[in-house]
Amino acid sequence: MTDTVAAPATGQAAQRGLVILAGLAAIAAVALFAGARYGLLLAIGLGFGIALEGLRFGFAGPWRAMILRREPAGILAQLLAIAIVSVVAFPMIANHPGEIAGAAAPIGYAMIAGAFVFGAAMQVVLGCGSGTLVNAGSGNPVALLALPFFAIGSFLGAYGLIWWTDLGALPILTLTGTSGLMLTLALLAGVSLLLLVLAAPGQRRVPARLLIAALAVAALAIGNLVVAGQPWGVVYGLGLWAAKGAVALGADLSGSAFWSAPGNAARLGESVLTDVTSLTNIGLIVGAFLVASWRTGGLSQPLPRLPARAWVATIVAGFLLGYSSRLAFGCNVGAFFSGISTGSLHGWVWFAAGFAGSVVGVRLRPLLGMEGRA
Amino acid sequence: MTRSVTAPIAILFLGLLMVFDHATSDLNPYKAPPIIALGSGVVASGGFCGAMPE
Repeated sequence: MTDTVAAPATGQAAQRGLVILAGLAAIAAVALFAGARYGLLLAIGLGFGIALEGLRFGFAGPWRAMILRREPAGILAQLLAIAIVSVVAFPMIANHPGEIAGAAAPIGYAMIAGAFVFGAAMQVVLGCGSGTLVNAGSGNPVALLALPFFAIGSFLGAYGLIWWTDLGALPILTLTGTSGLMLTLALLAGVSLLLLVLAAPGQRRVPARLLIAALAVAALAIGNLVVAGQPWGVVYGLGLWAAKGAVALGADLSGSAFWSAPGNAARLGESVLTDVTSLTNIGLIVGAFLVASWRTGGLSQPLPRLPARAWVATIVAGFLLGYSSRLAFGCNVGAFFSGISTGSLHGWVWFAAGFAGSVVGVRLRPLLGMEGRA
Repeated sequence: MTRSVTAPIAILFLGLLMVFDHATSDLNPYKAPPIIALGSGVVASGGFCGAMPE
């Protein structure tokens, strides 16, 4: 009797040991062949994937919960994580100019429209920038299908970025120094208070799981800033993967002001294992896969049965996620999370436009057949 | 069908990306920047979704 119980337990322990070993081996290989910083960035990316999937912390889901059920816990946890990062990031950027850069970007017509479309599309597939990667890694077929189109959209959005920006944009506006930090924290507190006022009765508590997740994500985002000298981002890396593919197929990107710019043109010829956002993106997917493999029953969930129009909607939404996030100068991670936490006002505008888009997106989702059951 | 089929596809996708990357670019750890940007004296120059082209 003891033997029959011990056998599966031993098998599971061995499988979990193998999972840990595979993760450590990947970090060591990147550090050895690409450089120590890149190994460290892959480790941070794995941490993001493990934290987001393991603690079920996301962006699209909590926004949906607030819109449909007036449950603010998830967004409050996001705002807490942003506040923690900003307390560290503001003085770091002020004291180490150049070495440490914020997610500063201009507010403009295309930026606002891009954030709105991204908000709608992320509710259709129920996955944002980081969410699509994490969901794909844990075997969600919708995210898996959306991901390549996300990358293609990101590449093409960047290709024409200057044309879109020329439609009208303000200079880059940032909050800096102690006064900027105080204003950021006051705004975060104000939004949190508003969410608590709007919350449904009995929904004003943030579960310990989300608090732990907020702390973990904040610590990893600070680690990303310290190691890379730039904030956590997602969409640049995805666009780079598609751009490298396009070049390999013979595409000439010299007509794009974005992809022909010196830094971007150089990265087209370099390994993705030396690109900051590519490494954290890879880590997000693999980290989520490791958690799903580790978790009992994590990979035994049946796949959803969706109508054909839902799969078409997934492809279109995936493409729009990529394209719109380039016009918006980032997704929920690069613009909302990193923009606000490093003082860029475009992060706040992204938040408002993205949330408005999400209100539309949650209503589109059932119409597109995305609410199928397994 | 379960996620045990789809999750490995995501890893396979990354595997193909690594093969493609290896075939189209070289790695040189001796050209890598300092392990930590903070305090390195080196200007941050990585690609980022919020950055305008230089």
